Amino acid sequence: MTLRRTRQDPWYVRWTLTALAVVVLTVLVIVPIVSVFAEALAGGLRAYWSHLFEDPDTRHSIILTLAVAPTAVALNLAFGLAAAWCIARFQFPGRTLLITLIDTPFSVSPVVAGLLFVLLFGQRGYFGPWLQEHGIRILFSPPGLVLATTFVTLPFVARELIPVMEAIGPDEELAAISLGANGWQVFWNVTLPNIRWGLLYGLILCNARAMGEFGAVSVVSGHITGQTDTMPLRVEKAFQEFNLPGSFAVASALTLLAVGTLLLKVTVEHKARKQIEEAKRLAREIGAE
Amino acid sequence: MAHLSRHVLPGFRLSLGFTLVYLAVFVLIPLTACGFRVTTLSWDEFVRAAWSERTRAAYKLSFGASLTAAAISLMVGLLLAWVLVRYDFPLKRFFDSLIDLPFALPTAVAGLVFSNLYVPTGWLGRWLYPWGVELAYTRSAVVLVLVFIGFPFVVRAVQPVLEAMDVELEEAAAVLGATRWQTFRRVLFPSLAPSLVTGFALALARALGEYGSVVFVSGNIPFRTEIAPVLIVARLEEFRYAEATAIAVVLLIVSFALLIMVNWLERRTRWWDK
Repeated sequence: MTLRRTRQDPWYVRWTLTALAVVVLTVLVIVPIVSVFAEALAGGLRAYWSHLFEDPDTRHSIILTLAVAPTAVALNLAFGLAAAWCIARFQFPGRTLLITLIDTPFSVSPVVAGLLFVLLFGQRGYFGPWLQEHGIRILFSPPGLVLATTFVTLPFVARELIPVMEAIGPDEELAAISLGANGWQVFWNVTLPNIRWGLLYGLILCNARAMGEFGAVSVVSGHITGQTDTMPLRVEKAFQEFNLPGSFAVASALTLLAVGTLLLKVTVEHKARKQIEEAKRLAREIGAE
Repeated sequence: MAHLSRHVLPGFRLSLGFTLVYLAVFVLIPLTACGFRVTTLSWDEFVRAAWSERTRAAYKLSFGASLTAAAISLMVGLLLAWVLVRYDFPLKRFFDSLIDLPFALPTAVAGLVFSNLYVPTGWLGRWLYPWGVELAYTRSAVVLVLVFIGFPFVVRAVQPVLEAMDVELEEAAAVLGATRWQTFRRVLFPSLAPSLVTGFALALARALGEYGSVVFVSGNIPFRTEIAPVLIVARLEEFRYAEATAIAVVLLIVSFALLIMVNWLERRTRWWDK
């Protein structure tokens, strides 16, 4: 007990630092979040409802976001599973380089990410003239939004899965193979159940970012109201049109998404960690036999 | 074990092939195209585009505000990590989960809220304005919103290191007669330093590229409150692709350098742990 006290700061230090931390978090996080809902609901529930669902442009932006984000998430899900399988289960030259490459989108500014696709598919881009000849639109249309969103959220699922699969190890899969299972059976019946919480965790983070992405999408969207404005772009458009209640209504929906993501994250994170331990224990038992 | 699995587990070629094609389509080809586009400029043109007076002002604000914000994030992050790991107080878990909110909150929402809080009639501006503190549409507003975006990186980098820290080191220092402050400075701080640098670099990298939130709060006045990503967008809207690309390449080089530094630090720290 006396030894523990040597790690304990005096009460006035504890109180001052704790109070300071609480104040910082209140001003930096709590006040902004509360104010989003206060501003959105300032005109009453009826006005809030009409800003969110009766404005055709806002309604379209909600539908567009609900179409673009899941598409990008599905693409990155397939990528994440493939990348985790080859990186966590096999040794090959260039493996470390591959991991670094997967991380690159995180260090590229969203605006630069959008620019990359403008350089490829824009009117003066490398594929622009060819696309125009064949009547294909990528930029200023949903495919461009999907491309930009996919680029920005590319690492989320893979980054989550690689450490999980490394921690669990290949023992259970090897056992299944030795018992005569084929590759897909192993994947569906052994790997996927083992990583499901880690996978869900990655998907939640990926989806939150995909729905909230602004910079990259802003560059490739062309800002055509009612056509290529996603929810975050609608927030900006309404703000520029001095339609603050409308802007805050959309912002509040996005904030709910963020808060929901956090709540889910806390539960899923816990389960993912438990699952890794469980799988490790099982693997040890299999190894012992 | 991994060596063994190569001969037994199936799907290596399929998964690696898919991974490589996917990365090529979404990352490598776009980045290469950007590199090619820059080589179409002569050196003089590149310098004129990437180093004009307006661009220099934008870099200055981008780097200045990002460095300031990362430094503030460093202090705020250390404070929060320390309090959350070492002390007990009511609603601690609630406050702990709040740290992740800036990660999850769309940047446009952050920008909208912060632009609205500090105007003279805003919730916080109302109290600050009489004191002569005008934050709306200034460089300070840019720094503030970048701190909001950046401090979680520091907290989440420092927290696990602080939790895993060896109790005996601190006790030994205390037994040998060190004061709390000396223990912090000489024993705790050196072992926290790598995680602090990692958090700082991550916050800095994120701040340098940030666009969504800054565009709302800064007012985007050329030479005064225009950051580099905003200038890229402005150039794109004028269809001056080559100039936009030149600025983008400068940003890309800086952020890749930061990424390499973070990776190197993490590897070094892991080696240190063993």
